Parts: sequence; structure tokens; C-alpha cells
Amino acid sequence: MIGPFLEFYVDPQRCIGCKACEAACAECDTHRGTPMIHVDLVDPGISPQTAATVCMHCVNPTCASVCPADAIKVDEHGIVHSSLKPRCIACNNCELACPFGVPKVSIGLAQMQKCDMCFDRTSAGKRPMCATVCPTGALFYGTAAELHARRPQGHAINLWRFGVQEIRTRVHVVVPEGVEVLEVDVAEIMDREPTAAVAATSAEPREFPREFL
Amino acid sequence: MARLTLPIADYVRAYGPHVSDSPAKGWDHKPPVERLVKTHCCFCGMQCGIQLQVAGNQVVGFEPWEDFPFNEGRLCPKGVKRYLQTHHPDRLTSPLIRTASGFREAGWDEALDLVVTRVREIQARRGNDAFAMMSGVSLSNEKSYLVGKFARLALHTANLDYNGRFCMVSAGAGNKKAFGIDRAANAWADLPEAELIFVAGSNVSECFPTLMHYLWQARDRGARIIVVDPRVTPIGRTADLHLAVRPGTDSALNQAILHELIANGWVDDGFVREHCTGWTELAASVASCTAAWAEPITGVPAAQIRRAARMWGEARTSFLLHARGVEQHTKGVDNVLSLINLVLATGRIGRKGCGYATITGQGNGQGGREHGHKCDQLPGNRDIENPVHRAHVCQVWGITDAELPHKGKTAVEIFEAMHDGEIEGLLNICCNPLVSHPDMNFARAAIERLPFLCVIDFFLSETARYADVVLPGSLQEEDDGTSTTAEGRVVRIRAAVSPPGEARTDTWILLELARRLGRADKFSYADSQDIFNELRRASAGGTADYAGITWERIDQEMGVFWPCPSEGHPGTPRLFEDQRSYHPDGAFHLHPTPYRPSAEVPDAEYPIYLTTGRSVFHYLSGTQTRRIKFLVDKAPGPLCEMHPSLAAQLGLVDRQLVTVETRRGALSVPLAVVESIRPDTVFVPYHWPEALAANQLTVRALDPVSKMPEFKVAACRVRAATAEEAARARTLFAELRLEAPEDLARRARTGPP
Repeated sequence: MIGPFLEFYVDPQRCIGCKACEAACAECDTHRGTPMIHVDLVDPGISPQTAATVCMHCVNPTCASVCPADAIKVDEHGIVHSSLKPRCIACNNCELACPFGVPKVSIGLAQMQKCDMCFDRTSAGKRPMCATVCPTGALFYGTAAELHARRPQGHAINLWRFGVQEIRTRVHVVVPEGVEVLEVDVAEIMDREPTAAVAATSAEPREFPREFL
Repeated sequence: MARLTLPIADYVRAYGPHVSDSPAKGWDHKPPVERLVKTHCCFCGMQCGIQLQVAGNQVVGFEPWEDFPFNEGRLCPKGVKRYLQTHHPDRLTSPLIRTASGFREAGWDEALDLVVTRVREIQARRGNDAFAMMSGVSLSNEKSYLVGKFARLALHTANLDYNGRFCMVSAGAGNKKAFGIDRAANAWADLPEAELIFVAGSNVSECFPTLMHYLWQARDRGARIIVVDPRVTPIGRTADLHLAVRPGTDSALNQAILHELIANGWVDDGFVREHCTGWTELAASVASCTAAWAEPITGVPAAQIRRAARMWGEARTSFLLHARGVEQHTKGVDNVLSLINLVLATGRIGRKGCGYATITGQGNGQGGREHGHKCDQLPGNRDIENPVHRAHVCQVWGITDAELPHKGKTAVEIFEAMHDGEIEGLLNICCNPLVSHPDMNFARAAIERLPFLCVIDFFLSETARYADVVLPGSLQEEDDGTSTTAEGRVVRIRAAVSPPGEARTDTWILLELARRLGRADKFSYADSQDIFNELRRASAGGTADYAGITWERIDQEMGVFWPCPSEGHPGTPRLFEDQRSYHPDGAFHLHPTPYRPSAEVPDAEYPIYLTTGRSVFHYLSGTQTRRIKFLVDKAPGPLCEMHPSLAAQLGLVDRQLVTVETRRGALSVPLAVVESIRPDTVFVPYHWPEALAANQLTVRALDPVSKMPEFKVAACRVRAATAEEAARARTLFAELRLEAPEDLARRARTGPP
């Protein structure tokens, strides 16, 4: 039996930045040491808030649309897979085009690797590794009914607007009541001034990269 | 004499810490998994269930254990990556004896006989108590019990203490004073039932990530959360009320909250009258402790104090949690009692959704502190000075009272006696004071004056570098046993593999030493289960009563909560359901906690508060986690967190190298400018050794009752590092990420010869 494949939810408010998801994802026999999920500080220096980025498994994935080699496929369960190795030309189009910044082209493998929602586990009826180990439920795999029963205040949506591009995703994100679409104006973010606290300390050269801290 | 015979960098090159990645034989050679071993994580008091993937005699990966009820597969990154330590290139695989330049490998007979000779020689010359033992509670219950018996009956010394003295002893002492028992009052299952959760001095999100699930369950049901912490931690960020308390002023804050509870009639008069002693004195002691009084002391606005009191006072159910943030003070016991007073004043204990717990930090921090591991304690959490308690244990051990030593020195007192020359020998297991001892430069000086040091460890810890003899011991996954989680649940630790090369289980080493010390009669056990069964008898009738717990029951019931006095007893997830304490009078004891300042507070010369703590990526002294690449990549070394307003005032910028100085030492680290800390306070995590140890800066002052050092408050100043200091810091930081040299790495891949 394959599946059943359930829903995947990201609830960023719950993320504590522990990176158990990254650690566990990296254990996969397919991508061996390289995590396909990433946790970032949302507002470095201002707040300890972090959020995890997984592949959102778009209904009409931008990565597949821009692929000149037709190497990126969506399966019948709505899961977007890594590029098909025989077809992939490692051109990086997918990496540049994805609005969520998910696909990564491995130069060594000449292939784009990305989250496939732990196909080896989910196809066997298990939960994806990241959602299994996540200690807070910031990553949740289950049915909509389960989510609602556990988190009556949770409100999950899957509609995004990046400028004029509208994207519906298989993965849902939990947001405050009243929000029905997540709108991101990329141009606005690019032009945003650094906050006062960051600006005050950013004039001098940094001796240690932020990753080091 | 205990000392280094090589530059530290040479020890690092030979024995690590090196960072290790990938499974035992590399990603290209991960063998097919032969079996999954259900056991528990070796890091932290949550003791999450986990399955280790085993092939041959190697742990090659992990698989979540979703059936274990506490964590249902959830883990933190340390748990996920812990399997990488088992076949790490740095593992000690042979006994070591110090030479004029480092160590030479030795056989077990030579190493053990040398230890025995030196024990006898020192004790003949200076008396039995001149040889001391330091231990730790990453050890299983069986090993902890065995250490307690070994020190008293094989070493004949009173001077055994443990690293819990650096961890949570103030909580245990406060619990015993108030409740007559030292255990979380409730299982974690009561957390989601509470409508208010009060978290005092615990960065739950980084130190106990898997407990967060329970806090979120409560919030999903509408619970509110109060967090008391000088920093906005990830849990503090989402709290309904975050009180950014000034370090060292918790008891004043709690006194003011109690004052407000009384002033507003939020006290459970019936409970206090019928079930508590000391209410009149306690109420009188906070009569003048208004919120306005507490505001200038604590730095918390009076309105926030009143709001916290209202939230606590009006709640129908509640759960109060605290951890090291309130405990590691010269008034740690008072801080703990001031919180317990809030719980008892409102009578919210011993019922569903009404709970209280310290969140114990170390892997077996709960079980390891119950069965004779401490200088003043016998199994079953008995008192070593109580004649009735002594008689019970003497009978189980088959000895006379005269053969059982009395109370010995506590951890810091042992180091002071080493410094004074009163103690000449130390056997150290599961403890790394060159990271974890307060005022670490003093601890190093004490070790350097020690005529004989023997260390049992699985890696060459920074302390082991100074040893005369190093005995290669076992990891948690290499020996069978049990541990007791922070909620009081006794769980099974299963051996997945056996120790590599000539390394032996800690149990074997202790039993073999006992035999060579002439006590084979008291230390012959068929296996670890045999030790556990003796522990059951020794604990029977004590408060920490394990008599009814068997390994079989633990398997069948997914753990058993003590007290469990007989095999037919179901165990006790929730204490005090009969509204009685474990004191002989059955009452809950209230204690006034008049506020007093910390041992060292900022002044003109050292104007800033320094507080220390943990990172989610490291465990205790880092002996294990500083060797795992993923964890080292995420948190390679210490740093100093500072508020932008203080940074601006000092002319310092983000990520610059700064030197933090106190009256005891200096530490050069990168600065992290963050808005999430009080402007009068800086924070440095403590997991690193020697020249990178935050504990070079901390105070050796002790709580008068618990003898716990004040890790959480010191006075410091911060300035830009000099060119020389910066160069040295860069060298030290580069060393933290050393890969294993090829010969060590090859040995790990192929197994020792």
C-alpha cells in the first residue's frame, strides 16, 4: 500500500530554532548529510524568532514551469520531486525562480535536490522526518481534522501572492484569524531599511560571520 | 601530581575534541540496519524515547520511537545526532598512564593496580577522607547507586559528591524543606490541563525543547504563560507576560507577587489553614513587600508584577515550572521556596492540572540524585546522618554502622580541600570541572595541587588531560540500566553496542576497582539488573522508593513513576493527591524568604551583570556535543550577548571580539548585539573549556543550605579585545572545528585493531 499521504502544516510561531528538523533531515539515505529544510532567524538581532522553510509543494510549481529540460515532476499525490537526473542540466533556473528559495542545485551531482516530503517514509505510511522530530509542532503532518482538533485556534491557509504571481501550495501555513492570503512584495523587502539596532552596529567590519554566532 | 605534560594544543591534536560527521563508516558505507534498540536519549532530564539503528557492533543512525508516550518521536538536534559519538575517532580505547610528554597506553592490570596503590598510599598517610570521588548524573541509576556504595565501602571515604551540585541542588533542598520529598509533584501530562503556566528561570525552548510540546498543548486549550527571565528566550518571546527580571532578584519578585495575592484575597485560606505550617510568619514577612518596593530591586515595572499576581491569583488551575535560572544562586533555595510559597498559598497542588516541578537538567538528574550519590545521602533519598536511615542501608549492605562513613564535603568544598592539601587523591567519573566548576581558574589550581588524579571517561575530557591515570569507560548506549526522567518516571536504558577496543563499561571498572581494593564480597553482581534489584531493597521505605519497580514492569508500562513501594503498586505520577506532604507531620511547610543581594553585584569597577547558561546545541560541559559536527557548526563557541544600547554606550559593535572581565578572570569572545536581553546584563553560554570557559568569570560563593554556586550572577566589564587577545581567541575558535587527522578517522571507520 502506498500512503495515505496526509497534509503538511508549518506553524512558524511555534518554532524555537532548535534545528532538530535540519539535523534529522540530513540523516536521509538519499541526500546524506545535507538538509533539505532550513531554519532562519526572522529578524536577526531584534528577536529570537526563527522559522523553518520546507518545500511548499506548489500545485503549479514555478521550478517545474521554468525548467528547460522538463526534469521536475509533480506526482499524483501532489509532491514535487528533485529533478530527474537523466534530464537535469543543472542550469539553476529552478533555484532562481522558486519564490520560496527552496531548490538547490548540487554542482557535484549535476542535479537539483529538494524536499520530497520524505517520499520513502510517507509512501510507507510514516510521517516525514522533520515533522516527526519537531519538538514543538511547528512542523505538523496529519489531516485537517486532526489539526483542528488539536489546535482549535489554528487557521491554515495555502494561498500566496508574490507581486502578481498567485501560488497555491500543497503545504499549509498556520496564520492568524482573518488572513486568507499571504502577500509578499519582494521589491518592498529589497528596499527595506535596516532597523535602527542593526544599522547602529553595522557600520564597522564584522570579525565573525553571523553564522558563527 | 595531576598536571599537563604537553601544551593543550597537543592534547587536542591527539585526543580531540575533533568534529565528526556521517555514520560510523561514512555515508557511502552505511551498512544495512540489523536491529533497532529502543532506549532513551543520553542528553537532558526529558529522557526522550529514541531507537538506535545498529549494525554489527556499531550504532549507525537513529529512528524516532513514536510509541514512547512522553515524546512520541519528537527530539531535539542533540538527540538526533547523539549516535555519532559511539564510534567517534576520539573514543578512548585503552587505559592511559601519564608520561613526561602526554600519555602512554597501558594494560588494565597495570592501570588499575596503580590506582589501588595510590589510594592505599594516600589513605595510609593522610586518612581515608583524603581520597575523594566526584561523579555525575549522566550515569544510570544503577551506576549512580554503585558509585555511592563504592565510595563508602571500597574507598571508605566520606568525600563523594557529584555534578548535581553544579546543576539543581537548590531545587532538591527547597523541595525537601517544603514538601519532604524531592521530585516533580506532577507528571508532564498535567501541563496541558493547566490554565496558567508560570515559568521561572528556565529557557525551556533551548534546554528542554521536547517539553515545549506540552506547553503548546496547554496554550492550544487556552492556557496563558508567564515567563520570568532576564532574556527574551524563544519561549519568552511567545509568553503572555514576560518579566525581564534583573539577575539575582527572583525572591524579591516572588515576595511581591505573594504580597499582592494576600492583598487581593487570592489566597486559598482553607488550604493554608488545614494543610500548611508557617503561614502567619510568611504573611508577615511580605507585609511590606509591595510591587512598588520590588520594582527598583527587580527592574520589573510594578504594574507587570501586579499583572502577574492577578494572572496567578485568578487562575483556577496552574503549573509552576522552574530551573537553573532561579536555582544557581547563593540564595537558590530561597528562590525555590519563594516560588513554592506561591503554589501553596493558592493551594493548587496534588490535583489534575495543578502542578509544580523543577525541570531537572541532566540526563539522569532525577534518579542520579536519589540513591546515595551525594555527600549527605543514602539510597532512597535517605539522610546519611539519620540513625534509622543508616541502619536500613547497613542492613542491606551487610555492614556495621561503624563501617559507613558520615557526611562528607560538597563539590566545591572538595576542590577547596584539594587546594588546601587536605585532599590528595581524586577519582573522577562523569564530571568535567574544567568547564563546569565556578571560578574555573581556582579549580584548575586545585587540580594542579593534587598528588593523584584518576579519571574514568569515554573521551579525554579537559579534566582527564591532567590525570595520572585515565580509564576508558562507556557511553550510556553501552551499558544496560535505568534512568529516572524529570517527571519521576523510571525508564530503561538498553545497551545497543559494547565499548570499543579495550574500553570497558563503567560498571565493570568500578567493580574491578572494588575487587582490587579488597571488597569483592560487597561488589559481586551478575549484571546491572542485579544492581537494580539491590537498589530496590536499599531504597525501600525511603521517600524515593523503587521497591516495586522491576525492569519487566518498566518495559510493559513504558516506565513507572516512583514512589512505588510494592510490585502491586501502580506507581505515583502525581504526588500529594491526599493533600499531605512527605514530612512526618503531613503538612506543607511555608518558609519566609527575605530578599538579600547576590554575593557580587555590579559596582563602579565592574558595572555590568553577567549571567551564564546553555545553548540548545550543547549538553553540559560539551565533552560529547563539542565532538559532533552538526552541533559544532550551529554553535561552535561561546559568545557574549549584549543589548544595543549598552553596546552603543561602550562603543562596541556586533560580531566584534570583546573581552569580558571579572575579578577572577577574562574571556575573549565575539559580541552578539541583540535586543532580547536586559540592557544592564550580558549573557555567556558555558559549554566550553579552559580559556574559553565562561566559568573563568563566575563566583565561587555558595548557597548556605544547598552549597550550590552562584553561576547566574557576577559583576563584569566588557571592552574591545586587544590585538593579542583577539589573535589568541581566533586560534582557540579555529581549534573548535578541527577535523580528526586521517589516522584517527581511519581507526573509527575500520574499528580499533
